[in-house]
Amino acid sequence: MEIAVVDYKGGNVQSVLFALERLGAHPILTADPEVLRRADKVLFPGEGEASSAMQALREAGLDRVLPTLTQPFLGICLGMQLLGEHSEENDTPMLGLLPFRVQRFVPDSAHKVPHMGWNNLQALQGPLFAGLTEADHVYFVHSYCAPVGAYTTAQSAHPAPFSAAVQHGNFHGVQFHTEKSGAVGTRILANFLAL
Amino acid sequence: MVKKRLIPCLDVRDGRTVKGIQFEGLRDAGDPVALAARYAREGADELVFLDITATNQRRQPLTELVREVARVLDIPFTVGGGIGTVADVEALLLSGADKVSINSAALARPEFITDLARRFGSQCIVVAVDARLVDSQWQVMTRAGTQATGREAVAWCREAANLGAGELLLTSMSHDGTKSGFALELTRAVSEAVPVPVIASGGAGQPADFTAVFQAGGADAALAASIFHFNETALPALKQYLHAAGIPVRL
Repeated sequence: MEIAVVDYKGGNVQSVLFALERLGAHPILTADPEVLRRADKVLFPGEGEASSAMQALREAGLDRVLPTLTQPFLGICLGMQLLGEHSEENDTPMLGLLPFRVQRFVPDSAHKVPHMGWNNLQALQGPLFAGLTEADHVYFVHSYCAPVGAYTTAQSAHPAPFSAAVQHGNFHGVQFHTEKSGAVGTRILANFLAL
Repeated sequence: MVKKRLIPCLDVRDGRTVKGIQFEGLRDAGDPVALAARYAREGADELVFLDITATNQRRQPLTELVREVARVLDIPFTVGGGIGTVADVEALLLSGADKVSINSAALARPEFITDLARRFGSQCIVVAVDARLVDSQWQVMTRAGTQATGREAVAWCREAANLGAGELLLTSMSHDGTKSGFALELTRAVSEAVPVPVIASGGAGQPADFTAVFQAGGADAALAASIFHFNETALPALKQYLHAAGIPVRL
């Protein structure tokens, strides 16, 4: 099985590569449209700031390539947010594959921003979450989030509910870091590779 | 609800884990790769790796060791020690670190925090603050705790968060390695002063110290070294203890 990880200098991809290797995969880090089209699975990690990530995608021509991919595709963290229409972070138009608009969390005395740490998942739907329950925790680090909508396949809350995972067709996204979420994250990654 | 985090810290010198008291009198605590894997298995919520001699000897952090640890680790991994340039941060992130912790360089050039936050995102920039109680004032120390800066700790924490730090790692040098409990008032003051998460460090000795730092101290995470390294308190037992005490933890 060929597994491609999208290379657009979008933050720390090494953790994702190591996690895939721990599952016995041999991921290819690439920005080559042909390699991406040919891969059986595509992972799209991301960290950092939305507008610079979109600019890096445009410079690599990936803003046109990614929406045409047809195999199972997994956006992680900022990689999930970029699938949406728009981010409040520097007023950034994004890929528009899913109909959500990303908003900033509002801190209060009990809820710090970034939302950083282990939180549990709720309202789990679909094959990525096979074998998991609402008692399971995953690791989040983010200051912006997608609201809950018809596309939501898992929720978390800080304090209001937000989309912990989304899906539209072959495009999946998770707001948390599968590669840093211990055995639970490993299971979700394995479930994705099995799609 | 986001859970309170327990973070073992590996202070590393010359490829070995070491631990001292108030930053001195170091003793060997084992192989960092083996310790990291063990802590992840036992339920650590994150791991921090500090190359404690890097700043004073002006040595690059050990990126190869970082890579070895990252390869086995399926929980978040923060690396600090001797980070002074954007290139240092890039090298560590490329080696598999998830976050970096900066200290002396941020004090010398506060704008460095902003540069890193713009380039890599606040989520991976931890500002470490070493504070020492002098004449009932918390003073910020630099260069591995060897030099006073003249800055007051709460004010510096607030400034670091404003400049783009995504998290603060607050160490009380006056408590470090003493096992007499965390600096609760300092932790509470910082936690209330900043919108970002605060990791309390220095002084963990027994399970009740953690309950206190999460409740009275208002910490989001607690970091400890010797009690974990020398098997004085095992992580699974500590988590059960905290759960029973009503502290939200990941079991």
